[in-house]
Amino acid sequence: MIAAKWYSSWSLSSWTVAVILILPLLFLINESLTPDKEVFEHLLNTVLIDYVINTVVLILAVIIISLLIGVPLAYLLANFSFPGAKFFNWGLLLPLAMPSYLMAYIYTDWLEYAGPVQRALRAVFSWQNKADYYFFDIRSITGAAIVLSLVLFPYVFLIVKTAFKEQSTSFVHAGKMLGKTPWQIFSNISLPLARPALAIAASLVAMETLADFAAVKYFAVNTLTTAVYDTWLGYGSLTAAAKISVIMLVMIFLFISFERMSRNKQKTFSGNSSSEIQVVKLQGKKGWLAFSACFSVLLFSFILPVIYLAEMAWQYQEQALNSDFFSYGFNSLTLAISVSIICLCLGLVVVVFKRFNQSLLANLPLKISSSGYAMPGTVLAIAVLLPLTFIDHGLNDFLIVQGEAPIGLIFTGTLFAIGFAYVIRFIAVAIGALESSYERISPSIDNASIMLGNNRFITLVKVHLPLLKRGGLTAILLVFIESMKELPAALLLRPFNYETLATYVFQYVSDEQLELASMAAISIVLAGLIPIILLNRTMESKL
Amino acid sequence: MKWIKATSIATFTLLISSVSASALANEVNIYSYRQTFLIEPILEKFTAQTGIKTNVVFAKSGLIERLKKDGRYSPADVVLTSDFARLMQISDEGLSQAVSSDILTANIPSQFRDNDNQWFALTKRVRNVYASKERMANLSGISYEDLAKPQYKNKVCMRSSKHPYNIALVASMIAHHGSAETKTWLQGLKANLARKPQGNDRGQVKAVKEGECDLALGNSYYFGVMQQDPEQKKWADSVNILFPNQHDRGAHINVSGIAMTKYAPNQDSAKKLMEFLSSSQAQQVYASVNMEYPVNPTVKPSEIVASWGAFKEDNLAMTKVAENRQAAIMLLDEVKFDL
Repeated sequence: MIAAKWYSSWSLSSWTVAVILILPLLFLINESLTPDKEVFEHLLNTVLIDYVINTVVLILAVIIISLLIGVPLAYLLANFSFPGAKFFNWGLLLPLAMPSYLMAYIYTDWLEYAGPVQRALRAVFSWQNKADYYFFDIRSITGAAIVLSLVLFPYVFLIVKTAFKEQSTSFVHAGKMLGKTPWQIFSNISLPLARPALAIAASLVAMETLADFAAVKYFAVNTLTTAVYDTWLGYGSLTAAAKISVIMLVMIFLFISFERMSRNKQKTFSGNSSSEIQVVKLQGKKGWLAFSACFSVLLFSFILPVIYLAEMAWQYQEQALNSDFFSYGFNSLTLAISVSIICLCLGLVVVVFKRFNQSLLANLPLKISSSGYAMPGTVLAIAVLLPLTFIDHGLNDFLIVQGEAPIGLIFTGTLFAIGFAYVIRFIAVAIGALESSYERISPSIDNASIMLGNNRFITLVKVHLPLLKRGGLTAILLVFIESMKELPAALLLRPFNYETLATYVFQYVSDEQLELASMAAISIVLAGLIPIILLNRTMESKL
Repeated sequence: MKWIKATSIATFTLLISSVSASALANEVNIYSYRQTFLIEPILEKFTAQTGIKTNVVFAKSGLIERLKKDGRYSPADVVLTSDFARLMQISDEGLSQAVSSDILTANIPSQFRDNDNQWFALTKRVRNVYASKERMANLSGISYEDLAKPQYKNKVCMRSSKHPYNIALVASMIAHHGSAETKTWLQGLKANLARKPQGNDRGQVKAVKEGECDLALGNSYYFGVMQQDPEQKKWADSVNILFPNQHDRGAHINVSGIAMTKYAPNQDSAKKLMEFLSSSQAQQVYASVNMEYPVNPTVKPSEIVASWGAFKEDNLAMTKVAENRQAAIMLLDEVKFDL
């Protein structure tokens, strides 16, 4: 294929997108280089190491637990049919709609010492106080890891299931012919083949965990994210906060490189393999066992929490159902929809550019654009404020010099800031979906189209876009779900009189009065359901 | 590419209009650390009375940092804070401006406002101790210092030490006893905790009710607020509210307050709002809705609050608390209080 010239409109637009999206990060790194010995050194001498250890332990624990939940379920549903399997195929994605801070609230409420579970245990066994029995502390790293895994395992399930389904059946047949048991086939053949998918899933889970703020805070677990917050708002040192952020970014970089490395190892187009996987029917007891496994995971990750919220919303409907609720719902919806569409458009720019230019350099805009994903909302909010303030002030100063009236903070003071932050954070999700969809389109199709005299643009419009429709839809839906739930960036970047459902709910959650915002809470979950159902339909028809 | 042009023009117009909307004369823009649902009823009254529209950004944290970043183009006119340290921070960092108003000086006693009128307190709250009625019934007097005594091992509950209310308390301890002694106190207090610092002030009372701990630190108004919720009343009923250090310096008090920003675009409206918030009408709402102690001496605390009795207040200068804030945070990190 002929490489595009560097100044072509393709590369120009692609690089522009990348530069705009990386700008906040560059400002943040610049800020972190300013000397600020006192605060950072004090932190280093006191708590920073603990925070790093907490963060690493939490991430590893969440990865392990979500793999333990997600992988077996993925294998089960990719290879077997049993009662309810059809539902679980998409039903197990439902926890994606559950914001982690809501789960944190619900589970601490249930399982803390004063909660109903321990109260009941004390009543039944007539235990008097803490010393009489052991019960694990929900507000701990373990508690946080379990609850975060309950909302993050669907990523593992989604990605690994697709990988299992796309594995060439000839390997499995070979295994069967060699007399291997189903367990041996799973552990010696399917699992190793799914390794790249496992790596992708694990890195996604790791980044989500690192980015979590509200839930860990609720669990009283101090991680680097909470440290950034403390340092910026407690010590009032933006520079020290930026330094910690950069440490986190290094961690993120490591995760991404790890994920890319494992993906590079697999260069097979196994998706093109001949026969589709034969789904084995599980009969009788085995079938019900499979059903119970799926059901119990769904019970704890979705059904029980939703019942809890619904009951609360019903009980407090008078207080919870007010006009505010509707206007915040409208804000959330319009914001999430706009962000999804922008992510799709900008994502297409960098993905298409990479498609037509298979050089290492052409890969760069795509990688750069995706780098915001793991930036925790708090860090992102700081990062976004830096360049936007710079531009805002520059613009106003310029107008004043020109003898015009200043126009105020048109970037930091408006929805632009939130929108910008969301796009930076979630475009990676869109790019990922588009990229994997593109990878399924064989490059020979491009060659054929170009040989038939179509230029790149026509090839894109007439050949690629129709084939990318599903990937595009997946991108929109995933970004939509994420945007509905996003919290920390919105908290810090909101313009006047603007609330999203998430910020509104968090206001009450942090005051332990979720009941008053329960209607909004359940709306966030419900708004996530439709995209998940649609998402599943696109995934299913792809296979 | 017509649609791109059209969309960008539309977006730009939208952005501009949303900005200019916040700089209109008959409005006042508020950065608020105080929760919307607490101040909304008061703001509604203000608008009804003056016709001035109020615009609010509410956040539990980060607003001063945002104000700082906004710089001279900031749309914010006033900042409402829930604690004194932040009030002080605004004036210390040159983010506020002096407001001279006879109404404010008349309504707010001098110890509750800045000498240069850079900030004004609006309500007072006490950092008190909640003691289990069942297990700490004989306890009538207690001091913050006592909480670190070995006899209370595994009996104390509190929220994160990094919460502004706790930071202010620790800062006041440093002001009274110096850093070294405060550090020893913090180590003792940490050793006495029944569980890792967590939850909010209300959650501590709940934990006392359930028997997880016997003593808890909390702000006074929660006691009143809890008594108005059927479920939470049970928690409140299980404890006695104790005002610490009654035999020596008195209980630590904090204030919520307001300051006008340095570049406030709507100064007249902002001043009117400040005056209104200090008026007996608004102070009454603070007292009855949120169970706080009004700073305006003509307004009495609510009946519930009054029923807790009179008590001695620590009259340590608020500025001393603010001065020691950074040192307090550093000490808390040194003893790894929350870890």
